[in-house]
Amino acid sequence: MTTRLGWAPYALLLPSLLFLAVFFAAPMVQAFGLALQAPDGTFGLTSIERMLGDARFRSAVATTIALVVLVIPIQFALAMSMALVINARLKGQGLWLYIYALPLGISELAAGIVWVSIFTQSGWLNSILMGIGLIDSPITWQSAETPWLLIMCVVVAEAWRATSIIMIILVAGLQSIPREFLEAADVYGATTWQKIRRVVLPMLRPSLQVALILRTILAFQVFATVIALAGSGLNVLAGEAQRWATDIDNDHVAAAYAGLILLLSLLSTILFIVMLPTREEHQA
Amino acid sequence: MESRRLHMWRLAPIIFSVALVVGACTSGDSASPSAGGSSDGGGGGSGDVVMISSQLVPTAEQETMRNEILADFDGTVDFIGSESGPFNDQIRAQEEAGSGDISIIGGLDGEFSAFAADGLLTDLSDLADELADLGINEDYLELGRLGTDQQLYIPWMQATYIMVARTEALDYLPDGADVGTLTWDQLTEWGANIESETGERRLGFPAGEDGLLHRFFQGYAYPAFTGGVNTTFSGDAANDMWTWMQDTWQYVNPQSTTYGFMQEPLQAGEVWVAWDHVVRLIDALESDPEGFVAFPVPSGPEGRAFMPVIAGLGIPTTSSNVEGAKNLIRYLLQPETQATTLTSVSFFPVIDADLPGELSPGLQAEADAVAEQQSADDALPALLPVGLGDQGGAYSQVFKDAFAQIVIDGQDPAGVLEGLVPNLQEVFDTSEAPCWSPDPPSDGPCQVQ
Repeated sequence: MTTRLGWAPYALLLPSLLFLAVFFAAPMVQAFGLALQAPDGTFGLTSIERMLGDARFRSAVATTIALVVLVIPIQFALAMSMALVINARLKGQGLWLYIYALPLGISELAAGIVWVSIFTQSGWLNSILMGIGLIDSPITWQSAETPWLLIMCVVVAEAWRATSIIMIILVAGLQSIPREFLEAADVYGATTWQKIRRVVLPMLRPSLQVALILRTILAFQVFATVIALAGSGLNVLAGEAQRWATDIDNDHVAAAYAGLILLLSLLSTILFIVMLPTREEHQA
Repeated sequence: MESRRLHMWRLAPIIFSVALVVGACTSGDSASPSAGGSSDGGGGGSGDVVMISSQLVPTAEQETMRNEILADFDGTVDFIGSESGPFNDQIRAQEEAGSGDISIIGGLDGEFSAFAADGLLTDLSDLADELADLGINEDYLELGRLGTDQQLYIPWMQATYIMVARTEALDYLPDGADVGTLTWDQLTEWGANIESETGERRLGFPAGEDGLLHRFFQGYAYPAFTGGVNTTFSGDAANDMWTWMQDTWQYVNPQSTTYGFMQEPLQAGEVWVAWDHVVRLIDALESDPEGFVAFPVPSGPEGRAFMPVIAGLGIPTTSSNVEGAKNLIRYLLQPETQATTLTSVSFFPVIDADLPGELSPGLQAEADAVAEQQSADDALPALLPVGLGDQGGAYSQVFKDAFAQIVIDGQDPAGVLEGLVPNLQEVFDTSEAPCWSPDPPSDGPCQVQ
């Protein structure tokens, strides 16, 4: 039996559609418009060519992609084990949840500054390593001359800062897996690893997809942690957009960078939807 | 089902506490940045004055401005410290709209010259006459007329860049070198001595994202090695300068690309000898006056180049409160306020008045180094960029790019500089800015060479 809904659903959708149109669609169109204009207002590819020819463009793309590729797998492995620990209902599981979720309340820049105090030459890490006699003189972690070390610093800080958001999504996903499925697996004598592979991961697919999309989009926008830890030693796309907008005062090239970030985010979203189809998308 | 619901509830306190933290941060940010001690909104005799400034931008300096320097003003001042891009945008947006909130502008000489060129500034000659008794530096007043017969801004405060070293570094000075009359080559030798004796690279430059290294090239290295900046941007002398920088960099702490303010690595002992803005060195000198020495910058083949920084106060033609703005200028130039400005944010006075009898040892050390630098026989003052307007950022970017490519990536200076000449020329063609001292004056836009 169907109920006649009439115009009610559309009226209910209207506010969110309006919100999206005013605060997302309009600025997006405007940004693309800016990117396709030269500073003198003529339309063309000048600003995009300027971005492609920028001395820092290649390194910004390479660093951003390197960060995405390094951070996301580490975060998912960590988040998955954290979520399983919480879901295992150990003693004091509430405490674990609080500890794991703590970085959620800390801003990106503040987290970056905390990690600077750890990685700087006279920081905690070197003090500890020297204290236990592993090294004789401080190691320079944050030097532009050793970019891979610098990227590792950012990866560690990002993993600490932004893993809990994935964990929260995964915990929610784990808790929506009906107990009966796991009990049935137990009846057939499945080992823990088999249960994770055959029951938990497939059932978790929608949550994994959401978390991957969300986290990857955020990783393409990484900014404050890099500024705090690497200064001018590493270039990332969001940092370049900010530099062109506020330092150089050229909104057009900044918009071109923003458009590139949007494009990369869109591509990765499509990739995850194709790679990890949920049941509904399978049927569609 | 029951247990699942229970677990979802366990998440609630976390979500709640996150919301609380976020809420607390947001309300902290949006707290009204007003000063003047009156919270009644109406303010005192001068009413509400909105001041936008490209100076005193770091958060700590903004707080000091609001809570200490502006504390005794008889009105309410909304002080907005703003980076040069948004600073220009806001002032020009108000001009285009014909009215707005901004009552008064605090900025650098070069920024005012761009506003003046577009007729954005009110003539303050009457105010300058009225304040004549204070003995405002005549040269700076002349700068404030920007080549016209009107007083377009009133000098406010001044600063410059100097060197600071930890006293233990003095043991490694090259033979026969005097810290007061160093050359840039001796600095390299000094860094090499420290490196070979201690095993650490301990020279330091503020090459981080919020560091002022571009000013080092614009006002120190380029003029000292080439006698100019823009007209000598490429060529043999410029190549020599960049080769010197490459050589020196092997004795510079590699973490320098993260340093914004040199006082912190100096205090931590990561860096022993550093160049920076006086305001960004004062904490080290104040925290341990015995442990640090302040001294003039070294000299190059063309002289001991340094960059005096003159900040001024101007009133836009669209000011929301002209009387209040004038009162604020009168207030900021009072000897008491100038003294507070010196002791709280280390910007030096522009008036000729007796300051409080004794300066703290750190400030005294800076004041002595500045005086020695200005009066050196081979002193070569180099102006901050003049007349670039919204191209100021793009101008500095050219120097940052040169540094990244030549010093960090180790490319050949001649090739890099040649590649950057068109970028620099575009800055001048767009802004139509003529050359400034120490480059010879130009008819029309400065021609980069």
